[in-house]
Amino acid sequence: MIEIRDVHKSFGQLEVVKGVSMSVAKGEVVSVIGGSGSGKSTLLMCINGLEPIQKGNIHVDGIDVHARGTDLNKLRRRIGIVFQQWNAFPHLSVIENVMLAPRKVLGLKRSEAEAIAEQRLKHVGLGEKLKVYPSQLSGGQQQRMAIARALAMSPDYMLFDEVTSALDPQLVGEVLETMRMLSSEGMTMIVVTHEIAFAREVSNRVAFFHSGRIREIGPPEQVIGSPQQAETITFLQSVL
Amino acid sequence: MFETSLIWNDLWFMIQGAGTSLAITFWAVLGGTVLGIALGLARSVAPWWINAPLGAVLDVLRSVPLLIQFVLANSLKSIVGISWSPFLIACAVLALYTAAYCTEIVRGGILAVPKTTRRAARSLGMSYRQDMVEVVFPIALRVALPNWIGLTLGVMKDTSLVLWIGIIELLRSSQIVITRTQEPLLVLMIVGAFYFLMSFPIARLGARLEKRWREND
Ligand SMILES: Nc1ncnc2c1ncn2[C@@H]1O[C@H](COP(=O)(O)OP(=O)(O)O)[C@@H](O)[C@H]1O
Ligand SMILES: [Mg+2]
Repeated sequence: MIEIRDVHKSFGQLEVVKGVSMSVAKGEVVSVIGGSGSGKSTLLMCINGLEPIQKGNIHVDGIDVHARGTDLNKLRRRIGIVFQQWNAFPHLSVIENVMLAPRKVLGLKRSEAEAIAEQRLKHVGLGEKLKVYPSQLSGGQQQRMAIARALAMSPDYMLFDEVTSALDPQLVGEVLETMRMLSSEGMTMIVVTHEIAFAREVSNRVAFFHSGRIREIGPPEQVIGSPQQAETITFLQSVL
Repeated sequence: MFETSLIWNDLWFMIQGAGTSLAITFWAVLGGTVLGIALGLARSVAPWWINAPLGAVLDVLRSVPLLIQFVLANSLKSIVGISWSPFLIACAVLALYTAAYCTEIVRGGILAVPKTTRRAARSLGMSYRQDMVEVVFPIALRVALPNWIGLTLGVMKDTSLVLWIGIIELLRSSQIVITRTQEPLLVLMIVGAFYFLMSFPIARLGARLEKRWREND
């Protein structure tokens, strides 16, 4: 369970998250939608401690992410995150990309890590690309590799930050399909996305962000189907 | 058919000169690279109040002509009272000069690694150290290597300047031979061939590594 309570986050003078509270239960898929610059990415990075916060707190399975004694490297094993920019490790082959963290962070033997990596890559449909280098993959394949890389740590949570935004339109489908599969397997996910139809289809709840706050949150039929707030309506009109 | 007064002794003399050039290159590049890696690392993480003065010192080392640095260091040594041989002075000055360039090469390589790539490594639970060792260094190395090869080749040619502090390296040895044989053309061609033979393996090594890495890109 991820519990976010009254989180405030600033970059210097600029407050970008202004008191956000929400919780995500085990097995739940929560989509986060909202205009660019509304603080969605920042919130995700606060959840796994990549960014510090100024006020409030975030608990992941009862562990206070921003408490002094928290071992973030350990916590992050349980929270996979995939970003908008493809960020493969260019000097490693696809399977080595996926094996790296299991070997170095979990201390697995080479053969064990290899088995896990191969299984995850097959799962996202990259079983044929194990020995290839990332530069030879399409954007959609790179993003699926990034998903496999995160899954190789056997995380309890997956966070997705607009993972299809940088892709050519014809490559979006394959990545969404992979995420759909994860949700059907019961993975707990927070999905920041502009793919409204996808959000509507896979989410248990949708949160609409507007200038650092959640303006509306609820089941997709409500937030996307019959939004109550003027900003939500304007936003949905702009992306549909 | 081909008359020359060049004798084996002359050739041997020049080979010894080439050995001196190589030795100075070796120590200068070794010292300069080790120091350059340390300073480049420091520069890529240090706050501005360390970076600014450090950068200024390195700027001076890079912009004052090497010849002046050799001569200055060689004269300063007697004033300060260190009893280093000209060979040691040559290695030390050239190592510092190499370090000044190497620092920027290393720093450039590290800063060329995208922040997003490093964030991805950290978000997988890798520590700062693991991110550095497993992700940043290998990528930075690929960026830095061509520049480092270029630097090394440049340093090898720059060793010819140490003749001004009385070291008989390859160029100086050839001048001495020319004075005796009065055959500058032949001797200089031989010198050129020597420099080529010394540079070629390094250039080849660089090309090989680059090719291997490019096949992955
Ligand atoms: N590292 C940073 N330093 C300063 N400002 C930042 C940084 N990251 C994001 N911001 C600012 O925070 C605001 C929210 O950004 P972000 O969380 O990326 O929004 P979103 O993901 O909703 O588009 C933006 O105004 C952005 O410019
Ligand atoms: Mg964003």
